[in-house]
Amino acid sequence: MRATAPAEPVRTSAADPAPFIRIDGVSKYFGTFRAVENVSLEIRKGEIFALLGGSGCGKTTLLRMLAGFEDPTKGRIFIDGQDMTGVPAYDRPVNMMFQSYALFPHMSVEKNVGYGLKHERMSDAERKDRVREMLELVQLSQFAHRKPHQISGGQRQRVALARALARQPKLLLLDEPLAALDKKLREHTQFELMDIQHKTGTTFIVVTHDQEEAMILSDRMAVMDKGEVRQVGSPTEIYEYPTNRFVAGFIGSINFAEATVASISGDLAEVEVPSFGGRMTARAVPGLAPGQALTLAVRPEKLAISRERPAAGNAVRGVVSDVGYFGKDSLYKVRLPSGAVLSAHSANARRAAEAERVATWEDEVWLCFDPTAAILLTG
Amino acid sequence: MTDTAEADAAPAARRGSGLARWFNRRGWADLTIATPYVWLTIFFLLPFMIVTAMSFASRTPTSPPFSFGVHDSFLNFENFARLFEDDLYRRAFLISIRNAALATLLCLLIGYPMALGLTRVSRSARNILLMLVILPFWTSFLLRVYAWMGLMGTNSWFNRLLTSIYNGLVPDDWAIRSIQMMHTNFAVVLVTVYSYLPFMILPLYANLEKLDLTLDEAAMDLGSRPFRVFLDVTLPLSIPGIIAGAMLVFIPACGELIIPGLVGNPSQPMIGRVISDEFSSARDWPMASAVSVALLFLMVGPMMLYSHFEAKAQEKKAMEP
Repeated sequence: MRATAPAEPVRTSAADPAPFIRIDGVSKYFGTFRAVENVSLEIRKGEIFALLGGSGCGKTTLLRMLAGFEDPTKGRIFIDGQDMTGVPAYDRPVNMMFQSYALFPHMSVEKNVGYGLKHERMSDAERKDRVREMLELVQLSQFAHRKPHQISGGQRQRVALARALARQPKLLLLDEPLAALDKKLREHTQFELMDIQHKTGTTFIVVTHDQEEAMILSDRMAVMDKGEVRQVGSPTEIYEYPTNRFVAGFIGSINFAEATVASISGDLAEVEVPSFGGRMTARAVPGLAPGQALTLAVRPEKLAISRERPAAGNAVRGVVSDVGYFGKDSLYKVRLPSGAVLSAHSANARRAAEAERVATWEDEVWLCFDPTAAILLTG
Repeated sequence: MTDTAEADAAPAARRGSGLARWFNRRGWADLTIATPYVWLTIFFLLPFMIVTAMSFASRTPTSPPFSFGVHDSFLNFENFARLFEDDLYRRAFLISIRNAALATLLCLLIGYPMALGLTRVSRSARNILLMLVILPFWTSFLLRVYAWMGLMGTNSWFNRLLTSIYNGLVPDDWAIRSIQMMHTNFAVVLVTVYSYLPFMILPLYANLEKLDLTLDEAAMDLGSRPFRVFLDVTLPLSIPGIIAGAMLVFIPACGELIIPGLVGNPSQPMIGRVISDEFSSARDWPMASAVSVALLFLMVGPMMLYSHFEAKAQEKKAMEP
């Protein structure tokens, strides 16, 4: 597989296009319930790949199939070129960090971390060294002799990580790794996780329902809904170039408006947007035809708010119905004559007193956006 | 996580519901707590003190058949001396402990897989199977022992079946007419295991049911095959259940009167039988009391030691930073 890879210098881990893990048309049914439906994914060596979706979207089931706790109803999983069909969990080159951490309550931190090494062919000294190395990696050396109930939640999370990494798996699965931590600790741990992944070079698959977590952590991510993968891409691709309404709405906030294609010229399309009260220009997507109904979507931070009508770009007129002041930025809710309400985020780059701000309640304002900022969604 | 949960629980308890406040103010809570203590004092502690007092009395041909201060001193320690001197008591204790220990071990070996199985079946099947575990209690205990007597008797179909299987397996000149099962310690252990099995299964089930199955998955994920997972995770975490079940079987099995009385070897009496005989046929109430007191200390001793060490271990856990 490596031989067929283009001979380009390896810039980042994500630059190696040879699929390390291949999920090939995998489905999982529980009775009549379709937990995972025909999922195909290719994950590269050394990348952090996130499976993102709401509860019940099948992301955990997919993870459990990778770990070997569930067998796919259909399809196959290949890890490092090896077909995993029928390979039990204890024989897979995969380790998992459980959402509940699943630390053995009757074993010390050290024993927990060393548990997986019992089955490895190595001398006792090597085993001890590895455990020490792992505890150093997660900065828990001084807690080696404590039991799991004697350490904090954040420390437990790190024990779970050390235990899962101790066997040097080819693939590490992380089930909601940060869900049980409080906000402050979560932010800190996110970067720690990325740092550890960088140091060990292990391929990570992270399951999460938290879009920010997925965006920060992952090199690439798959957004799942009702057992299906709706889009795969880098965080930027997913955020800036969503291919369907579900993905656009799931990640971040967004304004949707129903639209009809009026004309296409080059890479720009004119669309009729009734709720905006006129025609808007947007960057065209392949396969558009005049008269086609679609959705126009604009992220709130891409809407510029001003009192005067801007010279160029798409502009919509409305009245400020609500202002939310967050400090670093403000959220404006603007009611259009059609009754539609658009959200616009504007950064508070200047220090300004309340009266000096761009707009306030009941002000008449213009919202303007660049054609490239408008997303046309056909799905 | 737990810290915040506890912190949340405390003010909730302080606020409390109106009902809880009324309950506490009127002293109902105190009464609820006091009831079992009062009950145990009247129906366990007082009788036990009477029995203990009686064990220091002497047997006299009076009614009731004992008096204090017959000999030189008011208290008579001879009953306890006899416990050690007379071979009858020592043997009875040993046989009781041996039979009970064997029955406990067998109950554990049979009950553990059953309890574990109960936790691994679907919820609806689990309820039916739990029901089946408890079902024998709906028939009189005595009746069930009589049923076993029928089965073990030399002319029963069961005995004949076992005999023919045995005869089929061994050379002809080893053939026997029937297997002697009745009036043996084997019969005592068999019927004890049968009778006390639910007392092993239920506490074990309660313990195993609470175990987190993701721990099993974690062990398997870390390379352990299913049996290894059992040895490393399930078994150590079920020790409290094993201890609870073993106590519930061992203690009553040790003092068991009916089973050895009906199916046991009359020349090898167990301790329950000895107590009963001393009370009724020998009318030696002080001696019977002495044996009872000795039995109680024999049973309670290990339990006290266990809870003492348990408390120490807990203390040590709490002391660690």
